[in-house]
Amino acid sequence: MHSLKLPAWLIVLVGAVYVFLHAPLLVLVLFSFNDSKFSVSWEGFTLRWYERLLERDDILEGLQASLVVGVTSTVFATVFGTLLALALARYKFKGRLMLEGLLYVPIVTPEIVVGISLLILFVLVGFPLGLPTVIIAHVAFNISFVVVVVLARLQGMDRTLEEAAMILGADELTTFWRVTVPQLWPGIVAGAMLAFTMSFDDYVITSFVSGTGSQTLPVVVYTMVRKNVEPSINAISTLIIVATTILIFIAERVARDKPLTPAKD
Amino acid sequence: MSRSLRQRALDYFHHNPTVRAWSLVAPGGLWLLVFFLVPVFMMFTYSFMPRGMYGGVESGFTLEHYLRFFDSLYLTILMRTTVDATVCTVACLLLGYPVAYAITRAGRFKGLLLFLVILPFWTSFLVRTFAMIFLLRDTGLINTALQSIGLIDEPIVMLYTPFAVMLGLVYGYLPFMILPIYASLEKLDLSLLEAAEVLGARPAARFFRVTLPLSLPGVVAGALLVFIPSLGSFLTSDLLGGAKEILIGNLVQNQFTAARNWPFGSAASFVLMALVLVSVLIYLRVRERSGDAAGAP
Repeated sequence: MHSLKLPAWLIVLVGAVYVFLHAPLLVLVLFSFNDSKFSVSWEGFTLRWYERLLERDDILEGLQASLVVGVTSTVFATVFGTLLALALARYKFKGRLMLEGLLYVPIVTPEIVVGISLLILFVLVGFPLGLPTVIIAHVAFNISFVVVVVLARLQGMDRTLEEAAMILGADELTTFWRVTVPQLWPGIVAGAMLAFTMSFDDYVITSFVSGTGSQTLPVVVYTMVRKNVEPSINAISTLIIVATTILIFIAERVARDKPLTPAKD
Repeated sequence: MSRSLRQRALDYFHHNPTVRAWSLVAPGGLWLLVFFLVPVFMMFTYSFMPRGMYGGVESGFTLEHYLRFFDSLYLTILMRTTVDATVCTVACLLLGYPVAYAITRAGRFKGLLLFLVILPFWTSFLVRTFAMIFLLRDTGLINTALQSIGLIDEPIVMLYTPFAVMLGLVYGYLPFMILPIYASLEKLDLSLLEAAEVLGARPAARFFRVTLPLSLPGVVAGALLVFIPSLGSFLTSDLLGGAKEILIGNLVQNQFTAARNWPFGSAASFVLMALVLVSVLIYLRVRERSGDAAGAP
């Protein structure tokens, strides 16, 4: 057996990288509880920066807008992406390879290009900017990511259960809902989680297509980062970090699930 | 009645796999056509049209917007973007590879260490960029700490410098490098390493002649995942860079907002897209070759 021990310098280097990755966020969280408006020296524990958040309408409205956009665009992107993945995995048709290649284009296209090209379209056809345009944009950039995640699950999937269901007399739709979807579910959930997170986190694309009235949470936070030094930003950042952590825990649990057994009844 | 209708519809689909496939493709495909391909094509058209009076375009054809990139000002921005993205990618590789390697050897800590890479991977980029501001600014934690222990009298200017942008890029994209390298190291067949050891290869030789070549697919994927967003990065340079550290992304944004020169902004977008395309093509070439290398006996 080769040795599994890592050299000391490597452990130190790796430790340093982990500190680099996490210390900034830990410090940010810590100082969201600091009882001082300007100083970054510790002045005692407080929750007033969190209370401050509740007084700000723009943050609450931004959170609401982000949730509406996130949920709506995730539902559309997940359904569209899953159907596309099914087509790519299950059928041989003319233009399949080209379609698969094209689906990677939105993934590598810089966000700023996606956002601005959509802005050009909306301005040219006179579509008023607002939450609908934000949702349209988020669906557009999330479809491809859902396709990639669901396709990965589909390619590793055992088709014998589906064949068994068909042999036992289930028609295609029944087989799809009772066998394919349950088996595919972890992939669909993982794709939806990715889509929701990217939607909830997006600033660049949203900032171009949201207009002035409807601001999502990242747009509000960006404005705060630009203008303010107040620790309320630390507080809202902390809440976002906590929400993200919870979401990943759930995603990890779902993704780790074994292929689900088809419905029993 | 409805049963037979359903049956007839199913039969129709059943005998037309192409119809069935395209009906699955249609909703998402149309969405991407209308809200991705058409806008990008419109932008492409804009980049060849003369600039209009109030930010719009006039009909006609011109190459002037692309030719402007030979001005030293824009050439500098182009160079800076490419160099920054390259340096960031190399730095992420040098920091990320050891981490990915250590995770595969971490035994019972593997799950935890992996989670600690996934966590920042998913955490809001905006929040993480603000974390950098919080550390680096004149009244930030680093300067305050250094001043309070008397090491410096005046704050060291770190924010709005090239250093801050590079730090922000590496900090932002490092997880994108670690995860694919980890994935390919995890698949590595350990018996190959044992064979190398039995045959007398020293640790360094085992690493450079077995482990590293076999993990190349992960390295190349990680490099692409870092390089592309660095090329198009906008937030990092916008928040950490100040006016002197403009990258292509900021140039594009500026042309569509303050400067109101849409055709030039469109041309800049397509210069950026061309850089992305070149790096994707290089990636595909290298992946093909490293795939061959890994498959060779």
